[in-house]
Amino acid sequence: MFAPVSIRNLSVAYHRKPVLRDIDYDAPEGELIGIIGPNGAGKSTLIKAILGLLPLASGEVKIYGKPYKEQRHLVGYVPQRESVDWDFPTHALDVVLMGRYGKLGWFRRPKAEDREFALECLQKVGMESFAKRQISQLSGGQQQRVFLARALAQDAQIYLMDEPFVGVDAATEKAIIQILNELKQQKKTVLVVHHDLQTVTEYFDSILLINMCKIAAGPTREVFHADHLQKTYGGRLTVLPETSNMIVTR
Amino acid sequence: MTDYWIILTGALVASACGFLGCFLILRKMAMLGDAISHAVLPGIVLAFLFSGSRDAVPMLIGAAIFGLLTTIIIQTLRGQGVQSDAAMSVTFTALFSIGIILVSLFTRQVDLDLDCVLYGEIAYVPWDPLKLGGMDLGPRAVWLIGAAFFISLVVITLFYKQFKLCAFDPALAAAIGIPVTFFHYLLMGLVSLTTVASFESVGAILVVAMLIVPAATAYLLTDRLSVMLGLSIGMGTTSSLVGYWIAKLLDASIAGCMSVTAGVLFLLAFLFSPKHGVITRWWIR
Ligand SMILES: Nc1ncnc2c1ncn2[C@@H]1O[C@H](COP(=O)(O)OP(=O)(O)OP(=O)(O)O)[C@@H](O)[C@H]1O
Ligand SMILES: [Mg+2]
Repeated sequence: MFAPVSIRNLSVAYHRKPVLRDIDYDAPEGELIGIIGPNGAGKSTLIKAILGLLPLASGEVKIYGKPYKEQRHLVGYVPQRESVDWDFPTHALDVVLMGRYGKLGWFRRPKAEDREFALECLQKVGMESFAKRQISQLSGGQQQRVFLARALAQDAQIYLMDEPFVGVDAATEKAIIQILNELKQQKKTVLVVHHDLQTVTEYFDSILLINMCKIAAGPTREVFHADHLQKTYGGRLTVLPETSNMIVTR
Repeated sequence: MTDYWIILTGALVASACGFLGCFLILRKMAMLGDAISHAVLPGIVLAFLFSGSRDAVPMLIGAAIFGLLTTIIIQTLRGQGVQSDAAMSVTFTALFSIGIILVSLFTRQVDLDLDCVLYGEIAYVPWDPLKLGGMDLGPRAVWLIGAAFFISLVVITLFYKQFKLCAFDPALAAAIGIPVTFFHYLLMGLVSLTTVASFESVGAILVVAMLIVPAATAYLLTDRLSVMLGLSIGMGTTSSLVGYWIAKLLDASIAGCMSVTAGVLFLLAFLFSPKHGVITRWWIR
């Protein structure tokens, strides 16, 4: 049995400046997994490294035991929302349709069934009535839903999501987490970069704490406690008193 | 007849440039046309030196090599953390200066008129026909630019989804296995080809204007990439047509009038575009 995502000895550097060091991690299959760490910890970098978007200084990443290049079709991706230009001349449905491009190969164009599938994905995130809306005229939360729909359109086994909850209201957050739980029920593995420590125990089956290095990983109730958080966030944790009350103590 | 050849040439330049300009604008690389049109100068001079003639083919090859070199240098600088616009400016001013030095060093060997290279005159286009076995096939420029436009059309149509995704979300494009760097250089190659094919006969100003202005105008008028591409061709053709007749009326520079017309169209779109127009929005409020 291979892990959906298995990371060995991974180091990544930007212009010689190390950002991730010696990460070892096996993602458990069929779980909702939180990737947690402070700003600049290298969470986005980790996701990009898994997706082969960055050169690795050392180590390797395997998707179900094979290199990412051979397993692209199994992986769906939700980038950080700010990473694209929302003034791009296109509408919501068209963005979701981009999730189908990977399955189309070099020359085929999206067909009617791709369009239908994309529309279904928009429906799942409750955005079907915005299908033809120019993307700059969507609110931040709606844009985030469109991105989620696009990942659903990729029809993957593993989903990597970079901060899907940033800038969304409570209702949208609930809607998104419900979709993620549905994915989990379909035995899919979902890795989510997450910032809000207060919801960690509620949302995630297991977590990966990083800050340049791996601090800890495992089932949330075992790993999410004060010691590890202190190590992950350093002194900054003291500014989160409410959270520390919620943290499970050993 | 010369009227029509000039208008056709202008329209072809405008369409070919405007079409590619859409992707440049969406990738925030509008300045690239400016950069390439200057940076190819050393390539042109070297081509003169080696071939000893004003033949178009060696010149095109020399320019194309330097066009590609420009994009490679810019890309490398950006990869090392230099700001995009700084990378472009540094590259093209450096290469352009090298070109000027080459011209000044070899003025005697190459009877090269800088004005002619950079500000080629569209009015002379009809008097430089392409002859095949004694048959006059129409202006050489029309064939050259037409071919460049045709190649761009075919390539972009064939790989429309790749170009679109690379422009909108290169990270996802790379993640699903689209060779993003390859498509970047393919686009840059098309821009180099079109720029070089055009400006030898119509001048750099018109090329630079048409790479940016019609696409920028189209961007204001629509929310769809496919429509934007069509509109940019329409805007470019209109500029050529209207610009030519204005130039005739005023007895002024044709390329200048075409560029100015494109600018006026942009201004109109900027003020009155149904969705983004300054006046329209003010009116609705
Ligand atoms: N393109 C880049 N070039 C150079 N350094 C970078 C680049 N991208 C990120 N970094 C650096 O790498 C480190 C990790 O960045 P990363 O974006 O992975 O952090 P993150 O954990 O996702 O942070 P955030 O919570 O703010 O999104 C940071 O110190 C950042 O400054
Ligand atoms: Mg990040």
